[in-house]
Amino acid sequence: MPLELEARDKATLAGDRGPAAAFALRVITRFAIAMQAQRLIDISGAHIDGCLYHGQVGLDFARRLADTGAKVVVPTTLNVSSLDLLHPDLYRGDDHTRAQSLELMSAYEAMGCKPTWTCAPYQLKDRPAFGEHLAWAESNAIVFANSVLGARTGRYGDFIDICCAISGRAPAAGLHLDSERIATLVFDVKLIPNRLFGLEFIYPLIGYHIGRATGSNVPVIVGMPPDVSEDQLKALGAAGASSGSLAMFHVVGVTPEAPTLQAATAGRDAQVCSVNVNDLRRARDDLTTASHADRLGVVSLGTPHYSVTEFERLMETLNRRTVHPDVRFYVSTARDVLHEVRLRGWETPLSTAGVQIIVDTCTYVTAVMDDVVGVAITDSAKWAYYAPSNLGLKVVLGSLQDCVESAVAGRITRDDTIWAHG
Amino acid sequence: MRAHREPAQPSSAGQPLSGRPLVAGSASGKVIALEEPLSLWGGFDAKSGLIIDRVHPQFGESLTRRVVVMASGRGSSSTSTVLAEAIRLGTAPAAILLRQSDGILALGAIVAEELYGVVLPMVLVDRATFNTVAASDVAEISATGAIIVHPPIAPTDAPKM
Repeated sequence: MPLELEARDKATLAGDRGPAAAFALRVITRFAIAMQAQRLIDISGAHIDGCLYHGQVGLDFARRLADTGAKVVVPTTLNVSSLDLLHPDLYRGDDHTRAQSLELMSAYEAMGCKPTWTCAPYQLKDRPAFGEHLAWAESNAIVFANSVLGARTGRYGDFIDICCAISGRAPAAGLHLDSERIATLVFDVKLIPNRLFGLEFIYPLIGYHIGRATGSNVPVIVGMPPDVSEDQLKALGAAGASSGSLAMFHVVGVTPEAPTLQAATAGRDAQVCSVNVNDLRRARDDLTTASHADRLGVVSLGTPHYSVTEFERLMETLNRRTVHPDVRFYVSTARDVLHEVRLRGWETPLSTAGVQIIVDTCTYVTAVMDDVVGVAITDSAKWAYYAPSNLGLKVVLGSLQDCVESAVAGRITRDDTIWAHG
Repeated sequence: MRAHREPAQPSSAGQPLSGRPLVAGSASGKVIALEEPLSLWGGFDAKSGLIIDRVHPQFGESLTRRVVVMASGRGSSSTSTVLAEAIRLGTAPAAILLRQSDGILALGAIVAEELYGVVLPMVLVDRATFNTVAASDVAEISATGAIIVHPPIAPTDAPKM
């Protein structure tokens, strides 16, 4: 079945809404045909990833749109950029990239996007409601929107995100459709001891494992405690979207489209994969490229951007101690979250303790960290996955506790007793 | 059709292969079959054209001007930019064949074509075609999605390099 366009789409393509809208909708229709969509749908929000500079093409594209008068027609947030505009002195890249990045950011603001500069738009005050159709980019945001919020977005990325925001249209394909949201593979986690579910650390490991194992299936997890937090689901989704192409998962009794296993699978039979502690240890080992004996250079938290509750846990875990002078300690977050951190009086004690907060960007997408001597420790599976190739760093994946204890001690310490039997 | 070329292997003689073009265009090149899916973002360097994902089994290999045969795309939604940037820089594959449709990858090629007029054909193929192309030396893609493969020289016919 070919793509069927409405009269208003044909009018837009013909230029009725200006050259920018016509260009945007032409890209969408070509994309929709590649996706085998049969029609387009209206969207009510967008999140744009194209504002992160990684090459001339991104700027060429934004200029083409902005110079022809493009404006977004739905509320549109912006993902991380290459620069921390609140801490510009931290930037250590070259001037050309800085200039290109700033121009790219300006072009997106000129199109009417909100300068939120976060990879966790679901942590902003206005977030999408259940059932809303969106065009979100950024893999961790996509998986969170679909899974935790029950909103509907395809796996959008650079270019198509802003085209959807400008046209207000998206292909009726993928996770926009009921049929594509049905779970087709079950991951049973009941073999994992209950006490481990109290540790934040295991959620990214579960996500990493499922991301690798699920292929193109929408997975449903059974056996997880009902009080699993949004931060834990965020870490799980981000890990699975890095190790695989996870764009949606269900957790029975937790996520909105999975009140029961029956509901998640639409009553169909689905293969069951059991997840055990060894799978999680293997995930941790896969993501650990440094050894305990290596010199610790840097701690990186906040991939995806730290939430207010994660900052609260960091404050409690640090417990007035300070970071060892040989160790750099970074936390990436959104400027909106930093505002809240300031209101709660946490920014000064964190800074005094040696914690550098990064906003608008992330430590693994741009040159903000000091020259690192030694290896890194992080609590983020996503950061551990990308940092070795992006930054050339060896990484230890640990819990928040491990990260903080290592930072204070000035050497890597990882509590392996959590894996003991019992 | 390349009538002057004798099919070297009986298995592919008279068997025109084809797939559904996600991005229509013609190209040819030496085949590289990815043993695992690759996220271009973080896993491929647009400046050098090399695979830089250290856990990928083909780490360090070049994709430039190759017909890349990969089961599916993977990972970050910034993949389309990396592909479009590689097309702009001339380090991109000649063509990409996929088993599973991947809108993010297709988009990178669509945008590069819209901005720079350079076409990177992308074709969705079935398992049998995928396997045949993956086992071939050179593949030619046409705008209709037709694929002609030139099988590797059998080890008995020529010594290995």
